[in-house]
Amino acid sequence: MKRASKIYTALIMIFLFAPIAILLVFSFNRAKSLSVFSGFSLYWYRELFRDSETLRAVRNTLILAVSAALISTVMGTAAAVGINKLRSKVLRTAMDSVTNIPMINPDIITGISLMLMFVFVGRIFGAATSLSFWTMLIAHITFCLPYVILQVLPKLQQMDKALPEAAMDLGCTPFRAFLKAELPEIMPGVVTGMIMAFTLSLDDFVISYFTSGNGFQTLPIRIYNMTKKTVTPKMYALATIIFFVILTLLLISNLYDEETIQKRREAKARKQK
Amino acid sequence: MKRSIALLAALVLLCSLALAGCGSASKTLTLNVYNWGEYISDGSEDSFDTIKEFEKWYEETYKQKIKVNYTTFASNEDMYAKLSSGAVSFDVVIPSDYMIARMRDENMLLELDFKNIPNYENINESFRGLYYDPDNKYTVPYTYGVTGVIYNANAVDEADVGGWDLLWNEKYKGNILQFNNSRDAFGTAQYKLGLDVNDTDRASWDQALAELKKQAPLVKSYVMDEIYNMMESGEAAIGTYYAGDYFTMLDAQADGVDLRFYYPERTNYFIDAMCIPSCCQNKELAERFINYMLSPEPAIANAEFIYYASPNKLVYTNEDYIDEMGEEAMEILYPAIGDFSERYNEYAFRSLDQATLDYVNSLWETLKIN
Repeated sequence: MKRASKIYTALIMIFLFAPIAILLVFSFNRAKSLSVFSGFSLYWYRELFRDSETLRAVRNTLILAVSAALISTVMGTAAAVGINKLRSKVLRTAMDSVTNIPMINPDIITGISLMLMFVFVGRIFGAATSLSFWTMLIAHITFCLPYVILQVLPKLQQMDKALPEAAMDLGCTPFRAFLKAELPEIMPGVVTGMIMAFTLSLDDFVISYFTSGNGFQTLPIRIYNMTKKTVTPKMYALATIIFFVILTLLLISNLYDEETIQKRREAKARKQK
Repeated sequence: MKRSIALLAALVLLCSLALAGCGSASKTLTLNVYNWGEYISDGSEDSFDTIKEFEKWYEETYKQKIKVNYTTFASNEDMYAKLSSGAVSFDVVIPSDYMIARMRDENMLLELDFKNIPNYENINESFRGLYYDPDNKYTVPYTYGVTGVIYNANAVDEADVGGWDLLWNEKYKGNILQFNNSRDAFGTAQYKLGLDVNDTDRASWDQALAELKKQAPLVKSYVMDEIYNMMESGEAAIGTYYAGDYFTMLDAQADGVDLRFYYPERTNYFIDAMCIPSCCQNKELAERFINYMLSPEPAIANAEFIYYASPNKLVYTNEDYIDEMGEEAMEILYPAIGDFSERYNEYAFRSLDQATLDYVNSLWETLKIN
């Protein structure tokens, strides 16, 4: 039985990581082919850093993801605090469901409806192009928001309600109490929410596709558009780099979590003494 | 924690500064170009960076700073959807022939002022008066290509090579690749049978379907982009695709694979052409861009980069270009260019009316289900 479970785990791992491994190996291929490995080379990495269009797409993607993650984290945290303070249960459930809509909605519907709205508003103001970086940013914030709320809300509910009250008793303004007492308590949720928003925004294709205007294209759209000709191995190189960057981010965030848990345990131990 | 918040704040500030930078530069003219992905020489692999060079050239010639917003699309239909949504405005677009015909019919194109495009005279005469632009008012051709048959000479007998028959040859059962889109796949059968590919008569399509059904047991798989890997590795021996793409496969073929190419007598032709959509904001600038694309340096660089044939005389008669491409490639890319317009008008796919299109797609479904 134990052996079977080991084999099962191994199989799952292979299914999960074989595609990435293949990508990694072929990004170092000297030739253009995906089927024949003809020797180790950094050629495609060099080519990648010379491809100004792709680098611009990477820059666009990062600008968009960072801004969308930051804005949706601030908005989402504020929303979660507000929802948490609602006394009426009906109202709270209603708010919860409403914020979940963008998450449950298929991407394609969110994308098309946002595009229609932008075009409609653009027409009213008589703009020649209604889609731009800003419309994409609004769209990305829209679909990131519920994920942030979903991460922050449980942390708020777990938190001791007396904490901000105690802070205010000791003379804090409500806002200061939030910063000093509540925020550190819900920080893990906020950080996870932000990371989720960042990664979601980073790899979104469908919604970006509908809301992108002229001149501002993100990486997923650029790769999709390469299909008239073949996707070049440059993209394997890029995907490898992105994979390792994300992996490092993940490791850092996990370590950070471990650390905070460790610190809290120590603090508790000290208190008990 | 404080430090990381400060860092994030700094990042936001940087981003907004970068964006503000874009905004304040609005005094310079912008040109919005909409083209296929990977369809212009972009400076990679030491090639000519067309967009950057155009910006430089324009500033030197007209003493005016410009910025080109270059955006790409993946298919004619994607481009059409984006353009007709009214959400974006482009100054130059480069669709294929049948889509140009449709856009012209729907008044989505502006007439070009050829006074601003003197280099149009470099275009081969065969590319004038074609069905999608009979009076040469709307378009300037950019690239063209012809569908042909690719085969692995180490697995296929030279005696069997020649027409579309090769894709129906029992000897190569399980080694044949067919297009995975209805129009191209039906096309191969129609050319084989000598039918009209733009027929609105359903019986003609039924006949083509019967031919495809005959072929189905011999087909290894129906492919689009997957054809590259399958042909390069020798996994399949026979396939059909565009001439320019054959060279991409040739570049990457494995040891023991010897890819060759030929054109059947009747086959499909396509042309991608530059035109100015009706949402254009700066027509003169757009025309100057088109004119620049026809001048020797960018035209040759683009033809070398894309690997499709160019209708520009200055390209296919240029000695450096011929040297760079090699004699074999020149023969394949530019087959008997003299009678091009005649063959093109007779054999090339045109846009079908919706009823026929729906019928063809339903036939295609029945083929794919079996």
